[in-house]
Amino acid sequence: MRNLGEDDRPAGGAALAFLNATIGYDSHPALHHLSASFAAGSMTAVVGPNGAGKSTLLKAAIGHLRPIGGDVRISGCRRTEIAYLPQLAEIDRTFPLPVFDFVAMGLWQRRGAFGGFRRDDDEDVARALSAVGLVGFEQRPLDTLSGGQLQRVLFARLVLQDAPLILLDEPFTAVDDRTTGELMDVVARWNAEGRTVVAVLHDLELVRRRFPRALLIARRLIAEGDTAAVLTPEHLLAARRHIEAWDEAAPYCEVAPAQ
Amino acid sequence: MTAADLIAVFSDFAFMRRALVGCLVLSIAAAPVGVFLMLRRLSLTGDAMAHAILPGVAAGYLFAGLNLWAMTAGGLAAGLAIALTASAVTRLTPLKEDASLATLYLVSLALGVILISARGSAVDVMHLLFGSVLAIDDTALTFIGIVASITVVAFAVLWRPLVLECVDPGFLKAVGGRGALIHVAFMLVMVLNLIAGFQALGTLLSVGLMMLPAASARFWTRSLGAMTALAMVFAAIASLTGLTVSFVANLPSGPSIIVAAGLLYALSIAFGPTGGLIARFRPARHRTG
Repeated sequence: MRNLGEDDRPAGGAALAFLNATIGYDSHPALHHLSASFAAGSMTAVVGPNGAGKSTLLKAAIGHLRPIGGDVRISGCRRTEIAYLPQLAEIDRTFPLPVFDFVAMGLWQRRGAFGGFRRDDDEDVARALSAVGLVGFEQRPLDTLSGGQLQRVLFARLVLQDAPLILLDEPFTAVDDRTTGELMDVVARWNAEGRTVVAVLHDLELVRRRFPRALLIARRLIAEGDTAAVLTPEHLLAARRHIEAWDEAAPYCEVAPAQ
Repeated sequence: MTAADLIAVFSDFAFMRRALVGCLVLSIAAAPVGVFLMLRRLSLTGDAMAHAILPGVAAGYLFAGLNLWAMTAGGLAAGLAIALTASAVTRLTPLKEDASLATLYLVSLALGVILISARGSAVDVMHLLFGSVLAIDDTALTFIGIVASITVVAFAVLWRPLVLECVDPGFLKAVGGRGALIHVAFMLVMVLNLIAGFQALGTLLSVGLMMLPAASARFWTRSLGAMTALAMVFAAIASLTGLTVSFVANLPSGPSIIVAAGLLYALSIAFGPTGGLIARFRPARHRTG
């Protein structure tokens, strides 16, 4: 069993790169020949209209979807070490599990399936809960939490995962401004600690305010780089014009892989 | 009937003692299986698997008569084949797990009845379907003991990933946990317990000693550990009462045990503090914060 202390974890975050990657479902590309890179320690917002392939991008990064063409590369950590917050977490909230135990699952990489919990593990869980403002919720069952509280619980688990690369899929949907602000502070702290953060977001105002880099996609790359240079009216217009529906009779793409 | 009579039932008759020990050990093993079946919403899967093992048990019976090991091997093979085929169909086709299991177990049950009626008598069918305490000999007790030991060890090992696979399967997948493997291991433990139970309860009712105590325990506590412990206690009480009543009133043992478990279940629905009917309709008081 791995038992990395804080010192022997490789410094800085992990890097993620899409190399001419085509990712999709049933041979239809949701993302077509995408090349984009997320440097170690960077903090990037992924934006684009509905159906642009934003969630697909994250699913390919953690390996839930295999690229049809091209490659998705991660350097600096193993795939299973990535912390990933899905858009619709399939959480069974009726399961009789208190918040503390649920959050403690974030220590999976450290304790695995059978490792015993030590006192410093308990302290880490308590620290994670206090970082997201959930002190006093330790023994609450999951089904008594509000939507915002559940989102805080999921963030606490992300804190414990102590991951070099953190992927968030619309983490602030149905969350009020105050909670968004506090959770956004947690995200900023992760980045300040050198972790790489990639977040799918809809709130362009929030992206402009808090994210130094942005990636604008609409089933293909529209723009990538500094947020101010990416979120221009021309780019956003180009993104809005993308065609969301699949063309069942579309010819097969014959572009030679440009490596 | 006095307490002395009650003790005499078990002290005077060796087969009743064996039945009681067998059922108590079975209670300990079956309860956690039932709790997780219930929490994973697989209650009907347990039922389907109980039907599915019948042709295997019947095949064992046809080849070797009432030989425990032959029937066990057959039941295990049939149960595993159905469980694995069902999950393969679920993962590889758009069919959901309930539909793929239902189709397979119906075919399996029909095959089982055909196999038995080809060679055996109606008594044999009844025996296999509903069990008999007289069938619990020393070999059967040993087998129940082995299965219970395997179950306890398996749950010690599987507990955490199993909980995670229930609550948040996506997370388990993301951190590299083998959700499918854990599911198969759990199904294997379940099939083992069903087979261990069929001597006393029969193939159709052995799932009852899993589900009824687990479902009853849900009404008394919200803690997973307490729920499992309580399910064991309920199963043990049902075994003791059911066996005693079946002896005194000359009723079949398996159904008696399950009816006793059913009574406990009814009491739990009525009086259980977490979700019971009386607790639900009592005027609720609330705290200030």
